[in-house]
Parts: sequence; C-alpha cells; structure tokens
Amino acid sequence: MDLVGLLAFNVVAGIATLVLITLGLGVIYGMMRVINLAHGEFMMLGAYTAVTAVDAGINIWVAMLVLPPVLVGLIGLLLERTLIRFLYGRIIDTMLATWGVSLGLIGLTTTIFGNMVRAVPVPVGGFAIGRYGASLFSLVIIAAAIAGLVGMLALLRLTKFGLILRATMQNPNMAAALGVSPPTIYMATFALGSALAGLAGGVLAPVSGISPSMGAAYISRAFITVLGGGPAIITGTGLASSLFGTINSLVSFETTPVIGDVALLAAAILMIRLLPQGITGRFLRRSL
Amino acid sequence: MTILAVSRLRSGYGRIPILAGVTLGVGEGEIVGILGHNGMGKTTLLRTLMGYLPATDGSVQFDGRDITRLSPTARARLGIGYVPQGREIFATLSVAENLRMGCLRQPDADQTIAAILQDFPRLTRLLDRMGGALSGGEQQLLALARCLCGAPRLILLDEPTEGIQPSIIEEIIETLLAVRRRRPVTIVLVEQNLNFIAALSNRILILQKGEVTREIPPEVARDRTMIDEFVGMA
Repeated sequence: MDLVGLLAFNVVAGIATLVLITLGLGVIYGMMRVINLAHGEFMMLGAYTAVTAVDAGINIWVAMLVLPPVLVGLIGLLLERTLIRFLYGRIIDTMLATWGVSLGLIGLTTTIFGNMVRAVPVPVGGFAIGRYGASLFSLVIIAAAIAGLVGMLALLRLTKFGLILRATMQNPNMAAALGVSPPTIYMATFALGSALAGLAGGVLAPVSGISPSMGAAYISRAFITVLGGGPAIITGTGLASSLFGTINSLVSFETTPVIGDVALLAAAILMIRLLPQGITGRFLRRSL
Repeated sequence: MTILAVSRLRSGYGRIPILAGVTLGVGEGEIVGILGHNGMGKTTLLRTLMGYLPATDGSVQFDGRDITRLSPTARARLGIGYVPQGREIFATLSVAENLRMGCLRQPDADQTIAAILQDFPRLTRLLDRMGGALSGGEQQLLALARCLCGAPRLILLDEPTEGIQPSIIEEIIETLLAVRRRRPVTIVLVEQNLNFIAALSNRILILQKGEVTREIPPEVARDRTMIDEFVGMA
C-alpha cells in the first residue's frame, strides 16, 4: 500500500513536471503557431537565473519563482521585437531562426558560466509515505504546475487581455478592425510564453543538473505534449501531460528512466496516429 | 458635413491595380450604396478605406483628417467600423465574447451590449453559443452588433446579404433602419442585392472598372430594367 501511495505521488509529480515544461510552449506554439526551438534554452536561462541569484544570496524562493519568469519574459520580449515579429507565418524561417537562437544561447551561456553542471539546493526536506521517503519539493512542483494551469485559465477566461489574446490569435485582421493592435498582442503573448518557460526552468532548477545544454532534455517532451494536447492549450496540456506523465512515470518505475522516455515517445506516436489533431482536436473542443 | 472624402484613390493587390482613381464623398448620417459587378473593386474599395490594402495614390480623409497611411487599428480607434464580407466572426468565442470584443473601447461593456441587444433580439438567446455554431444570418447580425458596440461614426458594410436566407435579409434591413433611427451613424454599403441597397441607401454610386462612373437615386435600383440600362446588373 505504501508503495502504491509513493508511486501515485511520483506519477502526479511527473505529470506536474510535464505541465510546467509544456505550458510556455503551449502559448507560443499552440496559440501563436510559432515553432520555438529555443524553448529548452529559455528554460535553461530560467535555471541559470535561479542558480546565479541563489549564489548572490537572494532568497531561494524569489530566485526560483520570481526572477526567472521576469528575466526570461524580458528576453522573450526582446527576441520577439528584434527577430520573431518579422517571421510570423513563415514556419521554416521561424524554426531556423529559433534554432539559431538556441545555439547562440548555449554558446553564450557556456562562455559566461563554463561547460560544467551546477546545482541549486533543494529548499525543503522530505516526508514519509509509510515506509518510504518522498521529497517535499515535488509538492512545490505540483503546486507550481497547478498555479500555472489555473492562472493561465483565469487569464484567458476572465480577463480582457485573455479575450483579446484569443480573438487576435484566431483572426488578427478582424481584431485590428475592432481597435486591437495585433503586433502588441503578439509581443505580449510571446513574452508570456517565454516567462512561463523561465518559470519552469526556475522551479525545476533544484531537481535538474544545470548546464548550457540542459534544454535539449526538455524540448522534445514539450513539443510532444503540446501536439498531443491539441488546440485547447490549457485542457490539452493538462490531459496530454496526465497521459504521457503517467506512462513515463510508471514505465520508469518498473524499468529505467530511459525506457520510460521511450514509452512516452511510443505513446505519443500512437496518439498522433490515432488523433492527428490532438486530444482536444477530437474531444472537448469548446475548452480552452 | 462630409465625414468621408476620398480623392483619386488607387489601390490593388500587388502589381494588379483594382481601384483606378475613386473619388467620392459621404455626408454625416448618410447611407451611401456602392453597386457594381463582381471584380469592379467594391470590396477592394472598402478594404482600402479600412487600411488593409495600401493606397498607391490619392487620399482618404475621415472627419477632416488625412487617414491615407493609417493602420486598420488606428482607423478603428478613430471611429471607423468594418463589417467584412463573410462576417469574420470569432468562431471559437461565444456570442457574448464576440460582442465584448466590439466593446473594447467602451467604458461599460455590459451596458453597451444591453443597449445594442435591444436592436438585435435574436442574439439575446444565443449569447452563450459559439460564434462558429450560428447560421449565416445570425452571424451577420452578430457582425453588425459587434461593430455597433464600438459606437463607430462610420460603418463600412461589405455585402451583408451574401449567402443569407431572404427572411433574415428583411430582418437585417429592419435592424439597420432601427439602428439608424436610434444612432447618428453613417454607412458605406457595398451590395449586389438591389432591393436591399435600394431600401437602405440615400444614394447609390455605380463602380465600374475601379472608378465611380455615376450616381443614381435609390428608386432607380428597384427598377431592374433601369439598372440594366445603367450598368447591366439585371
């Protein structure tokens, strides 16, 4: 029974991790249709922001939860203004440009911080599930994922900005005829997606080996989850993360994390074969 | 007072010229119909007036201000409303959310929507329905209502009867007449439905090969033989 409890807790933590790494890409790719191959590097920048801030003596919670989204959001805003805004609607060009950005960010980070693995201390201890020990920090990850999903849902559903964002992504010309400035909305949306990627990097910093190339470990899982989720980014991210996170965690538990990743990829291939538009392309179409 | 003054306006798609020097003026409170065959430049004229297509020559003045180079956003904020051909409803937003999009610059969106719905009773029971789930006629009413939510001084209305069943066309005519009685709104109406354009317009301009070639009174548009004589529309 204790083992089942531990396993269930790890599955939920795995789902939450997937939600965190996917949410920013869900905004940038799912809503804006911009294939951002630098998403993993945005997370990496969030992690480096956290580790640098902790080393500078800043409170670890501020370093993990506040500074990474702010800084990476600003970097995203700058990138959108100087590069991405010229490439909307040009998928291949966007892919090449963001790939170049990812390589540039890896190179820049390596130059500044060196090619070594750094770490942020885990700020909380553990607790017992029966005879087994579990990390309290997993609860932080779960809370951050829930806050991210609920926050995004509230933003999109309850705020004027969310309404304008949804309308503009659907039909920018018509939104302009109603007085909206689509370039401003695109800029804000890209910055929001970048900030979410930064938040993910910051939150996951204590459980990640922080290195310039760490983004590569996240990018494929993030894209798979966004594609599996379909057009409704919140519901889709939640459902696809639950499915893939469960498969990944259970198989990893029974075998190894590598086999767990293989199982996740196999499940994703099967899903895209069966549901090419993703889960919310077939079900729950009215959801956000 | 002239609210819209267009002078020798030229525009087109890439290297293909469509408008070949349109000149027209619209007085405040007027409904001016634009009539012409397919391909004569009616929709291009409205898209250029709204700023979607750049003017290659000529000028557009709105309320005495030169707006020739302004973006669609800037024109909308000045008080120009646009109801495009095909309606362009936000399909995955509800009817209420579509109306809220029209109210972005209004201080009290709820009050504005409540006032607009008095002229659109059919929409009242559809507020929670997705825009994409409405019939063509309902979408047209929604597009009109959404535009009116922004309290525009000038509305550019592009083929509102296209693909709409006759009973709804009558409803749209009555709605527009009721709207006009309540609010001082000016309309430039592009339409091919002769009865519709005749019922609403104060005067009708004939557009041929990208130019305004003549002006006719609305009663002429009711007589298909006369129209045939003028522009070969019958």
